[in-house]
Amino acid sequence: PGPLTTVFPNPGSVSPRESSRHPPCRGRKTVRTLTLARSTGVPVLLRPSSMDAKDILGLQKTSFPSAQEKKPRAPKEPQRKPDGVSREVYALTGGVGMAPLMPTIEASHLKRRPAVEKEKVAWQWLPFTSSARTDNLQLYHWVRVVNNVPPTGDYDFAKYNTKVDVLKYTDEEYEKYLTEPTWSREETDQLFELCQRFDLRFIVIADRFPTARSVEDLKSRYYSVTRALLIARARSFDEVAGNPLVKETFNAAHETERKRALSALFSQTKQQERKDAEVLAEAKRIMESRAANKNVEEAGAPTSLPNAAVPADGVSPLSNNLPSSAATHPAAAANTSIPDTLRMLKVYLRTHALDQMVQAVTASAGIRMIKRVDQTLQDLGVNLKPKVPTKAVCAEHLELRNEILTLLNIQKQLQNKEAEVLANRESSFTEAPTTPKRSNRDIDRPFVPDMAGFGEVREQSNGITRGRPLGDLMHPPRQPRARGLGR
Amino acid sequence: QNKKLKDVEISFPIVYGTISFWLGKKASEYNSHKWTVYIRSATNEDLSVIVKRVVFQLHPSFTNPTRVVEQPPFELSESGWGEFEIAITLYFHSDVCEKRLDLFHQLKLYPEEDAGPQSTKKPVVVETYDEVVFPEPTEAFFLRVQNHPAATVPRLPPGMTLSSPGPMELMSHDKKRFDTKDHSLSQWFSNFSEADELLKLAAARQQVQAHIAKLRRQLSMIEGMPQQSRVI
Repeated sequence: PGPLTTVFPNPGSVSPRESSRHPPCRGRKTVRTLTLARSTGVPVLLRPSSMDAKDILGLQKTSFPSAQEKKPRAPKEPQRKPDGVSREVYALTGGVGMAPLMPTIEASHLKRRPAVEKEKVAWQWLPFTSSARTDNLQLYHWVRVVNNVPPTGDYDFAKYNTKVDVLKYTDEEYEKYLTEPTWSREETDQLFELCQRFDLRFIVIADRFPTARSVEDLKSRYYSVTRALLIARARSFDEVAGNPLVKETFNAAHETERKRALSALFSQTKQQERKDAEVLAEAKRIMESRAANKNVEEAGAPTSLPNAAVPADGVSPLSNNLPSSAATHPAAAANTSIPDTLRMLKVYLRTHALDQMVQAVTASAGIRMIKRVDQTLQDLGVNLKPKVPTKAVCAEHLELRNEILTLLNIQKQLQNKEAEVLANRESSFTEAPTTPKRSNRDIDRPFVPDMAGFGEVREQSNGITRGRPLGDLMHPPRQPRARGLGR
Repeated sequence: QNKKLKDVEISFPIVYGTISFWLGKKASEYNSHKWTVYIRSATNEDLSVIVKRVVFQLHPSFTNPTRVVEQPPFELSESGWGEFEIAITLYFHSDVCEKRLDLFHQLKLYPEEDAGPQSTKKPVVVETYDEVVFPEPTEAFFLRVQNHPAATVPRLPPGMTLSSPGPMELMSHDKKRFDTKDHSLSQWFSNFSEADELLKLAAARQQVQAHIAKLRRQLSMIEGMPQQSRVI
């Protein structure tokens, strides 16, 4: 079906008269394209229209029933085509069926929209009382009254009027529980009065306190008195044991120190800040290295075969820690700390030890290099993991790996050197260089499995036929230089 | 005798794995194979010299999947239909090591694709060789096992003397010597020879070393060359 076919299935043959079933919207010259399609049988590009969607879904055609009832029906306007255009052409281009792309808003709906609600709402200026007020001041405010019923209940904001419960002691209680050498009765009384007045805002209280006392001092006295009172008044200790005033004691010394530290931090200079950051970073490093060593000890003998199937639950995170902590100290680990970390394990498997060594090398040499080492091992017919990992075998295996690494490094060196010489040569000659770029294939695979002996490196055929191979310059002519490195 | 001997490494070559037999006619859907998982000394000596007990952790679908074996042979036989990973945990005697050692082995019941139909006579055997290494054994431990056939004990480094080089103590569990050579499954045990591997490694190393030498020569030749050479 092409782009102009109707999207929705045609429910069979329809007579043109069907279109009368769907009254067009007033004021809209458009008719649903579906109708047009049916009546003329011409496939029409469907334009999006809410009426079409409703038609398809079988929904009500107009969403505002009032619109239809209230307004007088305009006479149904015949669908006219503009003059000057033949009927067929007009129909072909969509014609009368061209609905606007935007859903239209009925002007009538705009007027109707502020619909009346069922209830009667009015706003009234009414007096109110608040439980938060202790005087009898009569205040007024606007109230939303629904159906002539004013709202009831306390003032909404009264609940925010929280108060602190400052205990009051009797003389007797004071004599019995609350005496303190550094505090006189008068002072304590004054303190409590201020606490009550200022809702335990100790900064303010300290300001107002007649004798000079620090905030910590005042707090300390208040909390200790309250605590003693609570305990004394309670029938048993357990009753008040949950009370935070009883559970925690105020630590004046700690508070003083904390405030001092805070102000020092706040008044730090830029330089001090920098120094602090350095020290912290250093400390972090030390902690990490210590943690790495701890992990090694705690891990004991973790999973020996990291390449084997998924390890058991508890061991897996430890075993993951171990290789990673070993790998995070590449150079050092490779040289000294791997044997150390191994020695810290009371018991381990030989394969695990070998793995650690290999991973240490991986960390320092890089994953690409190690892949090449592995490939070389395979080419040489050596198992990547020894089948019989005895001490001797493991040692040999490691030595072999190191030697291969050396080999690859030298190859790279050689390659670089040759490229260098080549570049020098190219820059000094006007003719285009005839020597091709070295293929990296040779570098990566020094040992090709199908080669019987070693050293018989493949000669690239184009290497010999070169007009003026580099080799001629570098070697005596009797030994044409091969492109491969293995000569 | 709790002194730790530094740089004296005692190792025990071990082999662990599974042997599985197809039950043939007697096989049912949920019981198609009978298999044994075990850990043994590589030379079939008695591992109880160091191993106090072995715990095999099986698939949770087995009843009591945690199976403890307290004396040699350290093996466990079961029957089933599925392949899964078995965790083998070694617990050592207190004078050997406080920490346990975990090993993992994938149970294999079915032979490789091209092995033809299953036979009840020929089992599927998967074994892994490894070595349990104690890097810093106590003197007591050293003395106890220095002559044991399951152990690989190095010569003491020169200058190292033991505080009491007395005769080796025989601990009580040594009395229960179990010779694994009498084991019925032993006919299926593989032989792990380090000689082959050593040979291969030595040959490979030789190749590589020769290659390195060649490249070094080439490198030195290039480096000895003047920077700009001209063609005649």
